[in-house]
Amino acid sequence: MAHLITILIVVPLLGALFVGSARANAARGIALFFNILTATIALVLWRHFDTAATGLQFVERSVWIPSIGAEYLVGIDGLSLLLILLTSLIFPFALFAQRMDRGFCAILLVMQSALYGTFTAQNFILWFLFYEMSLIPGFLLIKIWGGENRDRAATKFFLYTFLGSVAMLLSFLGIYFVRGTFDFAELASLGKTGLLHGNIAWFAFAGIFLGLAVKVPLFPFHTWLPDAYESAPTGAAMVLTGVLSKMGVYGFVRLLLPLFPAEIKILGPWLLGLAVCSIVFASLSAWAQSDLKRMVAYLSINHLGYCMLGLFAITATTALPAADMQAALSGVFMQIFNHGITAAALFYYVGLLEERRGLRGIDNFGGLMQRTPLLCGWMSVAMFSSLGLPGLNGFIGEFLIFKGSFAVAASFTAVAVLGLLFAAIVFMRMMQSLFSGPLAENCSEFPDLLRSEKLVIVPVTLLMFALGIAPQIVFNIFNTTVIHMARLFA
Amino acid sequence: MISWIASNVWLIPAVPLAASLLILFVSGANRKAAASLAIIGQIVAFALSIAAFISTLQTPGVRTFLNFTWFTFGEQTLRIGFVLDPLAAAMLMMITLVSLCIFVFSIGYMWSDKNFTRFFAYLSFFSAAMLGVVIANSLLLLFVCWELVGLASYLLIGFWIERPRAAAAAKKAFITTRIGDLGFFLGILWLYGKSGTLLFYDGGKGCIENAALLSLGASATFIALLIFCGAVGKSGQFPLHVWLPDAMEGPTPVSALIHAATMVAAGVFLVARVYPLFSFGAVNGVTPSLTVVVSIGVITALMASLIALAQFDIKRILAYSTVSQLGLMMVSLGVGGVAAGIMHLIAHGFFKALLFLGAGSVIHGMHHEQDIRKMGGLRFVMPVTFITYAIGIMNLSGVPFFFSGGWTKEEILHATEHWHVSHLPHYLMLAGVVLTALYMTRQFIYIFLGNRHAASVQAHESPRVMTRPLIALAACSILLVAVLTPAWPWFRSYLNGERAQFDIALLLQPMIFISLALVAAGFVVGWFIYHKADETDPLARAQPALFRILENKFFLDELYDHTVIAIARIAARFADWMDRYIWDGFVRLGGGLGQLLGIFTKGFDENAINAGADELTNRTRGFGRVMSAQHSGQIQTYLGVIAIGMVALLLIYAWLT
Repeated sequence: MAHLITILIVVPLLGALFVGSARANAARGIALFFNILTATIALVLWRHFDTAATGLQFVERSVWIPSIGAEYLVGIDGLSLLLILLTSLIFPFALFAQRMDRGFCAILLVMQSALYGTFTAQNFILWFLFYEMSLIPGFLLIKIWGGENRDRAATKFFLYTFLGSVAMLLSFLGIYFVRGTFDFAELASLGKTGLLHGNIAWFAFAGIFLGLAVKVPLFPFHTWLPDAYESAPTGAAMVLTGVLSKMGVYGFVRLLLPLFPAEIKILGPWLLGLAVCSIVFASLSAWAQSDLKRMVAYLSINHLGYCMLGLFAITATTALPAADMQAALSGVFMQIFNHGITAAALFYYVGLLEERRGLRGIDNFGGLMQRTPLLCGWMSVAMFSSLGLPGLNGFIGEFLIFKGSFAVAASFTAVAVLGLLFAAIVFMRMMQSLFSGPLAENCSEFPDLLRSEKLVIVPVTLLMFALGIAPQIVFNIFNTTVIHMARLFA
Repeated sequence: MISWIASNVWLIPAVPLAASLLILFVSGANRKAAASLAIIGQIVAFALSIAAFISTLQTPGVRTFLNFTWFTFGEQTLRIGFVLDPLAAAMLMMITLVSLCIFVFSIGYMWSDKNFTRFFAYLSFFSAAMLGVVIANSLLLLFVCWELVGLASYLLIGFWIERPRAAAAAKKAFITTRIGDLGFFLGILWLYGKSGTLLFYDGGKGCIENAALLSLGASATFIALLIFCGAVGKSGQFPLHVWLPDAMEGPTPVSALIHAATMVAAGVFLVARVYPLFSFGAVNGVTPSLTVVVSIGVITALMASLIALAQFDIKRILAYSTVSQLGLMMVSLGVGGVAAGIMHLIAHGFFKALLFLGAGSVIHGMHHEQDIRKMGGLRFVMPVTFITYAIGIMNLSGVPFFFSGGWTKEEILHATEHWHVSHLPHYLMLAGVVLTALYMTRQFIYIFLGNRHAASVQAHESPRVMTRPLIALAACSILLVAVLTPAWPWFRSYLNGERAQFDIALLLQPMIFISLALVAAGFVVGWFIYHKADETDPLARAQPALFRILENKFFLDELYDHTVIAIARIAARFADWMDRYIWDGFVRLGGGLGQLLGIFTKGFDENAINAGADELTNRTRGFGRVMSAQHSGQIQTYLGVIAIGMVALLLIYAWLT
């Protein structure tokens, strides 16, 4: 069991090397093989993870650059494990989504390694290294394999996120000069009594907040996202929304909330306001789009807005009952996982449509139900999951988030439920113009789902049902962590 | 057996659900297999419902529930469960039986449809979801099934998806009901936060039991009203009723299912289920939330029966009659007549299914003609449909004695009479009785009486598979009378958890003559107005402006289009605009400033630093050139210069000291 996490981080990198030196048409197969390995390691981690224990598990610690407080420190708690599992699930899904050459596969694998690192690193320097390491593959995937406007979108994505990262790095350097540590756990315990004092605390807070708010993204720092997702190739869009967008939320849970409780309480209503704006305005903007990818992209912002609502609600107020705190946190974690699956699936379906039609405007299709009933039927499941239909995976996370946040921020929550309505309108509009009506002429030659596509879709869809009906298996992963964090934030 | 079913009541929705999945994934394109699976599933569910019903007969008002943990989050457990009580059992009986009739009818009606098997899968799913609503012992589980009912109705209203109107109607239904559901959802959150549980019954700890209600205090009113929003959406109450008539775009058996057994019944059922929230703290049976329920119900009932007077689509008339009857049920619940409301709901389930299937039979016989002006004289060609439809009309209009709808309406009128706030609802409901008789007479004359219209010459009676369900439903709507009369109000006692007493003297009460007179008035007036009606409606001739308002449903759709929907669309475009030009504008401004800085530094680099460096090097070189000229290599010159230097230094030294 020793070094399991390190192995998990290294295996995709090895994969990237192998892919790079393989024959072009074998690249995807090799990448998938390495994903079987990572998935196995993730499952072994899960199997041996003690769900009843608080604190980090599988910890590996060794000296790195002691003079600057950098340490190789990795370990997982329930939240990390959840995100490892999500990463191990989304990457193979993305590999199935489109044709890709060697470079594409190799870059995806590098990104995968970086994500494992981000979700397991427990020292800021190490974490930041991985965090940035995931950014560059994203940039390259959009820049090289992207669609129209890819240069602009890639540059915007990179510079905007990078600017946030720099701000965050400066903040952490400031913290280090005062407190002399980069260790997450130590920083969190210092956070309870006030990490920094005076104006410097606000500067540090602002830097980290900006970095993470851009990453999530939180309104109004979100405008890079629709462009980036629109230009990204299907496989890249799937990992961007499925996993990369979770890094921001993860950062909020690990860094900002435990480190700056006092600042967040002062800014509470404003932060809640931003979360509500994310939810409402993003879903409204999605309604106004006509490009399928942009619609799904905006709904991604909307769904992450629910996560932010839950997180801000529990930290922005004092004396929240433990029940509501745990509800909101569990809901956020559940939402992280479920949104990853559902949003990736939506991009996958948009990719299938685009592959068949060559275009992806909402008006470029019509009457598909007559030609491709299977595609429409399975795609509808993902749509209903995304709009939060009970019985599918999207509902439970949202219900718990709203339950937790309603207790402390009833008015914000009441406005936020409008997002549920607008999301429903968006999907209804999508289904109406894609599936219904007379069959559009240029769709009349569409093949229905191919066998290879069914092999991908069926397990993912079954997962949506399974998590919607019996979510306990996922709750078990992070219940102890939730209790622990709820005490930390209380 | 009896106790077994009480603890396994979940099987009742599970069986149709399983049937639905089997049809979708196993039976393939085999029509007979699909129909058989759906009908066997429904028969099993009906048999189980009978067992469940019998198990509730032993002890009056018995209530068995079974709660279990759905999931644990943090240290909290979320429990859901199933309940079997008279309310649930009565609903189970009605839903399974009415659904069964509709399923059988659908075999004939949908036989030539290319998606026949999918249709039966959806029907089974619809029925399963509704059965789930009824036996849920948790507001959350009820909400889950409630949303699934919404999904099923979406799929079925838009079943003929290649028709744009059907797709639009399905979308409208889903979105409109979801607006109500947002309120419902907030109500659930509020209730959950306050009471800590969403179980209805939990041995005294449930959210609608006394301990929880006391802890709610004044917020009970708001919670009740929020939950009522959901009921307004689902049960087609004003102002969210607009989806229901459009839902007529679905195949007629679907309309029957939506309007009788499932969907719209869910809203009324919901109010009855959480009634303690509404009646908490009542003085003389009056609370603010119940008063709201009454007001909404009255508005809905009257508005819909007026609109029904001016419609020409056979199904739309029935749709508005449903809206109006649902309003009546809400009034009944609001004034305290919970049992009366539920009795009417159940009787309505039978006769409304009968009417819709009758309309389906007419449409089928008329080769998909739905305009009543193109019908006429169908009494000869479609005798079974004619007679059963007439029975349906008697029920709907509230003719007492032989028709269950008459007795249940009677109960409601009694309940409204004793309301402590105002007598207005009572009189308005009496007016509603006249209107109902009036518009049903109009429809009946147009369809069945008079001369045969050119389009109706080709009409034919429907096959037995379609007429048998009509006969069964008609029989049910008559037989139900046995347990509804005031002489032996068994049904009311059953719902209220009492034992029924037989007293023949109570059979005839003054109210019955009043309502009989009103119904008769409606019939007679209707006959006089409409018996010579032709293509132009007599009302349209006499009052064209009024008719136009009614025909266009008080222009509510247009009003919504130009207000709420228009505003929402503008908001969407505004949000998009803000994104593009304001929020992204800042980003681009930042980028632009960065670029500007780049240009500036480039210029500074080239013109200042670079040019300066060039200048410096050039000067240095020039200076070097000048200096190098001095280095001639001639010793004499060097020695001369050194000598001059020495002298100069010595002079300076001397001067300084």
